[in-house]
Amino acid sequence: MKTFEYRTATAASAVLAPDAAFLAGGTNLVDLMKLGVATPDVLVDVTKLPLDRITDLPDGGLRVGATVRNSDLAADPRIRERYPVLSQALLAGASGQLRNMATTGGNLLQRTRCTYFMDPSTPCNKRAPGSGCPARAGDHRNLAILGGSEACIATHPSDMAVALAALGAQVRVESATGERTIAVTELHRLPGDRPDLDTVLDHGEMITAVDLPALPFATRSAYRKARDRASYAFAVGSVAAALDVADGLVRDVRLAWGAVAPRPWRATTAERLLRGRPATHENFLAAADEELRAARPLRDNAYKTTLTRNLTAAVLTRLASAGEAR
Amino acid sequence: MTATVGTPLARLEGPAKVTGAARYAAEYPQDDVVHGWIVQSPVPRGRLNAVLADPTADAIAVLWHGNAPRLEPADDPELDVLQSDRISYRGQPVALVVAETLEAARRAAQVLQLDITAEEHDAVLRADHPGLYTPEQVNPAFPSETASGDVDAALAAAPVTVDVTYSTPALHNSPMEPHATIARWAGDDLTLYDSNQHPSGIAATVAGVFGLEPERVHVVTEHVGGGFGSKGSARPNAVLAAMAARVVGRPVKLVLPRQAMFSLVGYRTPTIQQIRLGADPDGTLTAIDHAAIGQSSRILEYAEQTAVVTRHMYAAPNRRTGHRLLRLDMPTPRWMRAPGEAPGMAAFECALDELAEKLGIDPIELRVRNEPAAEPEGGTPFTSRHYVECLRTGAERFGWAGRDPRPRQRREGDWWIGTGVAGAIYPTMAQPSTARVRAVGDDFEVAIGAADLGTGARTILTQIAADALGVPVDRVRVRIGDSTLPKASVAGGSSGSASWGWAVTGACRQLRETGGDEAVFDTTELIEKQETEGRHAFGAHFAEVRVDAVTGEVRVSRLFGMYAAGRILNPRTARSQFLGGMIMGMGMALHEEGVLDPAMGEWMNHDLAGYHIPAHADVESIDAAWLDERDDQLNPMGSKGIGEIGIVGSPAAIVNAVWHATGVRVRDLPVRLDKLLCAD
Ligand SMILES: Cc1cc2nc3c(=O)[nH]c(=O)nc-3n(C[C@H](O)[C@H](O)[C@H](O)COP(=O)(O)OP(=O)(O)OC[C@H]3O[C@@H](n4cnc5c(N)ncnc54)[C@H](O)[C@@H]3O)c2cc1C
Ligand code: SF4
Repeated sequence: MKTFEYRTATAASAVLAPDAAFLAGGTNLVDLMKLGVATPDVLVDVTKLPLDRITDLPDGGLRVGATVRNSDLAADPRIRERYPVLSQALLAGASGQLRNMATTGGNLLQRTRCTYFMDPSTPCNKRAPGSGCPARAGDHRNLAILGGSEACIATHPSDMAVALAALGAQVRVESATGERTIAVTELHRLPGDRPDLDTVLDHGEMITAVDLPALPFATRSAYRKARDRASYAFAVGSVAAALDVADGLVRDVRLAWGAVAPRPWRATTAERLLRGRPATHENFLAAADEELRAARPLRDNAYKTTLTRNLTAAVLTRLASAGEAR
Repeated sequence: MTATVGTPLARLEGPAKVTGAARYAAEYPQDDVVHGWIVQSPVPRGRLNAVLADPTADAIAVLWHGNAPRLEPADDPELDVLQSDRISYRGQPVALVVAETLEAARRAAQVLQLDITAEEHDAVLRADHPGLYTPEQVNPAFPSETASGDVDAALAAAPVTVDVTYSTPALHNSPMEPHATIARWAGDDLTLYDSNQHPSGIAATVAGVFGLEPERVHVVTEHVGGGFGSKGSARPNAVLAAMAARVVGRPVKLVLPRQAMFSLVGYRTPTIQQIRLGADPDGTLTAIDHAAIGQSSRILEYAEQTAVVTRHMYAAPNRRTGHRLLRLDMPTPRWMRAPGEAPGMAAFECALDELAEKLGIDPIELRVRNEPAAEPEGGTPFTSRHYVECLRTGAERFGWAGRDPRPRQRREGDWWIGTGVAGAIYPTMAQPSTARVRAVGDDFEVAIGAADLGTGARTILTQIAADALGVPVDRVRVRIGDSTLPKASVAGGSSGSASWGWAVTGACRQLRETGGDEAVFDTTELIEKQETEGRHAFGAHFAEVRVDAVTGEVRVSRLFGMYAAGRILNPRTARSQFLGGMIMGMGMALHEEGVLDPAMGEWMNHDLAGYHIPAHADVESIDAAWLDERDDQLNPMGSKGIGEIGIVGSPAAIVNAVWHATGVRVRDLPVRLDKLLCAD
């Protein structure tokens, strides 16, 4: 492991040295440092900054500080009541110990679990630009069917981010040059020919908070995750959804998918198709199929197409019947 | 005195373990210790021409074949570390870095430049590979092939046949405590604090490699955090640590990182198994044919005995078993819990389920109908065989009666539900060992160089000694885990308790009879006289699974094992062995798989986030029970081995239950959701 200097962040607006990286819970970054995938000279610990609170916004939304631990966020009564999808997504991720360490900002910026990316003895365009992408011909069972490129088909592994995408969350960032807000669905880049760039953030931009907009019908929302064992495994497919039904018709819907793309995939095509339509299983399937027309599966990940459409219809059907029951 | 054997005495070292007081190999404090890090080959085949150390990295030493001390050739060529430029698999040690801290050693290893000439490689096991050959014998020394009757004619004539091919992937033993060694020299005397299953074996091997008398090497193995076969013989870590300690003149600590466990310590070979069965309409087997294919490395022939188990299981007049092997540019496979039996029975007991389906006969009845009166090959009588009782009693306790034999019939909400059964068998073995007992005041000290992998061996030996001496357990102190103690056999093959318990019983009885202060008992002669055939533990596994119709996810709602495994010496530790085996069987059925990238020659999911074993949430209702069996022909305790039988057959019970739930036969393990998923 490369020798590094440890500092605590003094302010979000401070300048971050070129060879420095922010450290939050460290559950991803420290692993990558041990493996030699990340080699910062300086770690700037953000967890001492006053960013660990969840506060009410005037419009009825919530502001989640960047260093709020995943466990605390999942357990917050306001989250559980107003945005159950988010609480469920968090609790479906990792393990209790990891969630106690992991933070909102770190979770969003965790890196892909592509096995080549984590093994510096192999080529990988994301880790070593231009070296190639062995995943295309090799181990890609859990890599992207949507949004990938010739250069990279990595998936973003976060569960939390999928719920945030469905909820239309906004990411607040700050740096020495100022502040800005980015839609969570725009935070992660599609790889194109620059898979080494995961996000639109500039070096030194710190996530300070995530804003959850008021979304009254999100009280009827859910997260469902499919994985290779009952717990403590990354998703192989997941769906976050919120549904507003009235008289059997979809008044509004929010739908996002995990484990299928380099970013949490907001299924806008499916959403558009569903608004105003009868909330039926068939329509849910048809909408998912339409969104999945863009899918470009490879040898071992074609099952994700079936899995995602099945999950989508199952989650929405359940939300629809729960809604009608009220 | 009431007997303590048979009572659920808690593990004696339990409190020390849960309070952190128990010391594992890497935890012995050493003054002046330095840390080693193994540099593993990034290519599967080639030659290492040179290494170039980065001057900015703080390495004390960088050893490679160009400068490493010469070793005596070992029986196991994997231990000829840093002796040649030849690279035979990806992950093979090509250099060792020593530094003041673990982090510095790791960093220096990461920036070490290797000048390698890579060569074309071949990493994939396949049934049509021209390089397949029949090994002379299979692990440890069974004939590769057996045959009797006319299998082909019987299959051609059989009214009902099954001809299926099952495959199992590479599986990795990754015990909680990785392989670890601290090596310290004092002149020509070497002390190794080492995590292993056989202290005296490790001492002898390492002594041989360094050209020393065996007494000069002292191996300390007080506590071991699991081995599952991977620590049965010396691994490169022990030799590399000793080599480095000699070069730098300081104690060296070498702990394998989790990632290295996938290539450096052995693994369960992938298998491709063709099973052909012929039967009469009443279910009587007329032919059994089990042909297994496995792999080994270029440097060592390890031929797993995958089909040997079929030689002992069911009656049939015409029968054949055989093994073929392929040598690849891959790491060497070795023992992993029930080598041979686990994959062999996974495939065979599934094939039998397919036959039951074809015949329209209940799978339990089919098994009962083919129960042999003696060893099906050779005719040696069984010392005891209560397989049918396991099936029947197990079925009763599990609630098998009234099961609808048709698949895909039970649905509750999103779940398809099914049940399955499979047999279990494990050979009963004992190996020569010596124990010593001394009277120390009112107490007794028993000494034997055994290793307790966390199984409860120390506790059981204390119970055995107490009964043999006729004293309460608190007057007995058992010393194990040290190569300087009387020589014990390896903790493997489910033979530890039988082998060591026999020696301990002998020594204690002798002390009692002679009334002296000390007695030593060596079982070598007694064991060499023993018959080896016809000795097995038996069992039956039952599983209920549910399969999510939306996602294909499988959950094991119930898993039950019913065993006839001789006298149970300690029900608490026995239960934990049975359940542990069954859970590992669940992993084999549903989760575990080394995902090979043929181009890299590497299993890409080489950590425990990527290589899935069952999590707590995967284990719902699980239970084990046993018949009251005692087999006095085997050893003085009347016991059989129980450490491995739980993983034999439990995978098949689960896979058969998945078929019963869904109607889908998955013949390539593990049964992952993508193999069951269907469009809604
Ligand atoms: C075995 C295992 C299993 C897991 N399973 C799951 C799972 O099932 N589902 C799931 O969603 N996740 C899973 N995770 C991942 C886990 O959720 C992430 O590791 C965690 O959320 C990262 O948060 P952290 O605070 O520890 O981030 P860190 O490791 O500290 O940082 C991660 C990255 O974010 C950057 N960063 C952190 N905070 C900020 C900030 N405020 N501003 C700018 N940059 C910042 C860091 O520089 C670094 O690049 C698993 C992890 C492990 C190790
Ligand atoms: S998919 Fe992306 S991260 Fe994975 S090997 Fe290819 S380039 Fe690297």
